[in-house]
Amino acid sequence: MPKLPVPALLKKPRKPGEGASVNTGSGNGAGRNGHPNGDGSSSGGGALETVKEGGIDVIGWLDSRTGASPFLTGMLLRKVPKGTNWFYTLGSATLFAFAMQALTGVFLAMYYVPSSTEAYNSIANLTNDVFLGEFVRGLHKWGATLMIILIFLHMGRTFFFGAYKYPRELNWVIGVVLIILTLVMGLTGYLLPFDQRSYWATIVAMNIAGSGPVVGPYLADFLRAGSEIGATTLPRFYAVHMLLVPGAIIGLIGAHLYLVVKQGTTAPPWVRADSQPKSLREEDVG
Amino acid sequence: MADQADNKRGTTPEKPNPAGYYEGETMTRRGAFAVAGQALGGVAVTAVALPVVGFAVAPIFDRPDEEWEGVGPPDDFSADTYRQAVITIVDGVGDSGKTTVYIRQGSPELDEDPSEYIAISTRCAHLGCPVRFVKAAGNFICPCHGGVYDFEGKVIGGPPVRPLDRFQTRITGGVLEVGPRFSVTNDLEPVRARDPGEFTGGVWEYLYPPRPTTAPAP
Repeated sequence: MPKLPVPALLKKPRKPGEGASVNTGSGNGAGRNGHPNGDGSSSGGGALETVKEGGIDVIGWLDSRTGASPFLTGMLLRKVPKGTNWFYTLGSATLFAFAMQALTGVFLAMYYVPSSTEAYNSIANLTNDVFLGEFVRGLHKWGATLMIILIFLHMGRTFFFGAYKYPRELNWVIGVVLIILTLVMGLTGYLLPFDQRSYWATIVAMNIAGSGPVVGPYLADFLRAGSEIGATTLPRFYAVHMLLVPGAIIGLIGAHLYLVVKQGTTAPPWVRADSQPKSLREEDVG
Repeated sequence: MADQADNKRGTTPEKPNPAGYYEGETMTRRGAFAVAGQALGGVAVTAVALPVVGFAVAPIFDRPDEEWEGVGPPDDFSADTYRQAVITIVDGVGDSGKTTVYIRQGSPELDEDPSEYIAISTRCAHLGCPVRFVKAAGNFICPCHGGVYDFEGKVIGGPPVRPLDRFQTRITGGVLEVGPRFSVTNDLEPVRARDPGEFTGGVWEYLYPPRPTTAPAP
């Protein structure tokens, strides 16, 4: 098996206090300070060498203070089962869609005015007048649909590959909560342009909430901040859309990824356990 | 290593008493401080969380003042058809605070009190889309999910669960005024305003309790 291209620095993190500083650590060998020549001296080498060494020094400085490299190597260079395929990228794709939504959302917030009388005009201005506004808003609008599609495909992959089974049930539950929160993002974001479509769609959505028995009527009043859509309804949806739910989603994504790294991923169901080399299994038993 | 060996043989080495120990204590000093610290943290979190939640939930207990809006002289409205009027139900939010109302005079054949004016809300009782009065059919028709109501606003087709809402009316100084919204049962008995999708009358009154944000039934 070919050796993994692990940067020399990442192979064995230096403990704080162990050895000397990065620049004078010649006694620790080539692997320690990552210098390709191994003697740690800065003699020879052109500008490129200096830049390389500088970058490595910065990484070493950070690592000796955070101890992050074992964590990062464990996360980025972890082993994955045989049979891992493109379906396993759906989670990362969803994460990318979320990151794109977060980024474009932050910049849309610079032009958007969450007020019943101003919202539509601010969206029109953002779309028609602001440089690349149509593009950024388009990314956010279509990215929302993309994220919903990807997150459901990701759930389908998890389901059909049986990856929700022990010990990964909790991660399934977290994932379902993430789907619900993503749908809440879709619902609350839909009102924000405050055109006819968003207005009436939100009326219908809130009345669906209101038609639940006993708590429904109060829930609808809570969502609207009153018995009718009023001046505080739109800011309320805006706050939920850009602060409350994204915060919860970010926290839950952290927990989701932690469990993925901690528990590892599953092999696809068509890869049978006995298809692995005999020696590997013996090693596992021993 | 010596301690480990001792444990294996089943003897535990005596630990020295912690600082502040006295005979008969039920809780160590360390334990007491842990409980006190967590209790303080709990108090701090509650002191912030309760007002914040109350702040967000408060609007469901807040009833706006009754507002009456003139829609013209009573003679403008007849008993055999509806006339549209646009009223403002929420101030300060521009067009989104306005709604269309269909108004007619009471008729001796249909209404108990023919001297009253009937103001019917365009809010569909299914999910709140705006209904339209179609003169040729004499019906109210909803564009969203096909709800149909007769001339009085009673359901004659589609998914709506109760007749169309109405607004209170009165005549002040020769001007017909439209006031707070109320809902009606299938027999057109007035009840406190409900949201679309909520049944009215009988046991439904308990499943869809009245909300503090709405005006009492007339």
